[in-house]
Amino acid sequence: MKHYEVEILDAKTKDKLCFLDKVEPNATIGEIKSMFHKSHPQWYPARQSIRLDPKGKSLKDEDVLQHLPVGTTATFYFRDLGAQISWVTVFLTEYAGPLLIYLMFYFRVPFIYAPKYDFTTSKHWVVHLACMCHSFHYVKRLLETLFVHRFSHGTMPLRNIFKNCTYYWGFAAWMAYYINHPLYTPPTYGEQQIRLALTVFLFCQIGNFSIHIALRNLRPPGSKTRKIPYPTKNPFTWIFLLVSCPNYTYELGSWLGFTLMTQCLPVAAFTLVGFIQMTVWAKGKHRSYLKEFRDYPTLRSPILPFIL
Amino acid sequence: MSAPAMGTSKTAHTDSSHKKKKGPGTLATAYLVIYNVVMTAGWLVIAVGLVRAYLARGSYHGLYYSIEKPLKYFQTGALLEILHCAVGIVPSSVVLTGFQVMSRVFLTWAVTHSVREVQSEDSVLLFVVAWTVTEIIRYSFYTFSLLNHLPYLIKWARYTFFFVLYPMGVAGELLTIYAALPYVQKTGLYSITLPNNYNFSFDYHTFLILVMISYIPLFPQLYFHMIRQRKKVLGHVEEYSKVE
Repeated sequence: MKHYEVEILDAKTKDKLCFLDKVEPNATIGEIKSMFHKSHPQWYPARQSIRLDPKGKSLKDEDVLQHLPVGTTATFYFRDLGAQISWVTVFLTEYAGPLLIYLMFYFRVPFIYAPKYDFTTSKHWVVHLACMCHSFHYVKRLLETLFVHRFSHGTMPLRNIFKNCTYYWGFAAWMAYYINHPLYTPPTYGEQQIRLALTVFLFCQIGNFSIHIALRNLRPPGSKTRKIPYPTKNPFTWIFLLVSCPNYTYELGSWLGFTLMTQCLPVAAFTLVGFIQMTVWAKGKHRSYLKEFRDYPTLRSPILPFIL
Repeated sequence: MSAPAMGTSKTAHTDSSHKKKKGPGTLATAYLVIYNVVMTAGWLVIAVGLVRAYLARGSYHGLYYSIEKPLKYFQTGALLEILHCAVGIVPSSVVLTGFQVMSRVFLTWAVTHSVREVQSEDSVLLFVVAWTVTEIIRYSFYTFSLLNHLPYLIKWARYTFFFVLYPMGVAGELLTIYAALPYVQKTGLYSITLPNNYNFSFDYHTFLILVMISYIPLFPQLYFHMIRQRKKVLGHVEEYSKVE
């Protein structure tokens, strides 16, 4: 068996960082990253970006050496992705925050509202309902992170956790402040409005969960395969006929429901910002699907049926 | 924050003849030349207005009123620059330009125009003068750059005057916002209180304080950015041929 030689150069300075000899032809990039890590312990595999070209795309961990367009002496370029943090850690942190923060406002912990309101509860039943819905939503997200989602990437840049937490925690505090405020005004159309809102919210929560399960089942455990999602026996997944990312569609629906339930402008703002971000993600995902699969259903839109 | 020496670093590179330029088309260039000429003229009008009013009154107090209208017109007109970036005829970041123009517009309308009592403050003159000198230089810089006939003096001025104009403008802006605070608090200007049907509140007074605080991280960043740009653009003085 002919062995390869692998040299790794810095993508910017072109300095020779590492030379590996007697590398198996069937070695994967992941294995090469581990070997590189041995000589440079500060660069653990998750923060290595290995490419064929200094300005090119990162190679995947699964790529096999002998299937790459390299000679028996392979030259790779390395870029440091910076400190990394696992997706699971980020998700758990960014979701635990809103859960706890909202409850602090709900229970009117001291120093938020005037002292005479400390540890009192709102007299409006919709406020209790909103707390249950908000808490349910984030508990669901935490459980999905732990037991449902199968992540494509193990890690993301460390700075993302600060960005993401600021976003989630900040908005949670902002909306919780008003919903649990002693001067909170319940929805204009009262019980009718709240009932409709709750229905929409629950429907979309179940829908969102159904999509997460369907996506999980597309992917065998421990794998990173990508397949076209299709409607299953669960009616909540039939939306796949019209939309590429129905998880985002349902998420938008949940927050519209919550906005209607609380009739609170900060909630509407959060819904809007979330919608914009999810649309960006949905369009990206939709484009990847189209690129990767020749036979991708043409009826589907990224996030809103026929519209967006 | 309204940086007196605002504008993009990318335009600095239009003088390097060896860099590949993918600038605006002919029609866009013609439009931009007209735009920049008009803006240069506008800020010159403001400059002249200030000088004339000063000579007429014999003091520099209350000069704001003599240039209030052109200031509003031409500063607000700069909103077009966001559009130029969005459309792509100017190679700058929409976000950065938007932020810079909006902060100027904010100071012009949401502070100086809205809080009548600060209009007679000397701090207003401080930032108006800083803006005026900066903009005259900046818009003539763009005009000449577009016509590929940039006098070294203008380039030098653009990347040197900011040393003084920038802090001067920031000082004027901060002092003006600070002066506005008591009136905003007293009248509850632009503020929304609870309870209301949309369960939302906004305290403009607190907001203005937060704006002032935001100058602390932002001002040094922009200032040092300009210093770095200056080194890049003016650093190799011997290698640059003076353009006639």
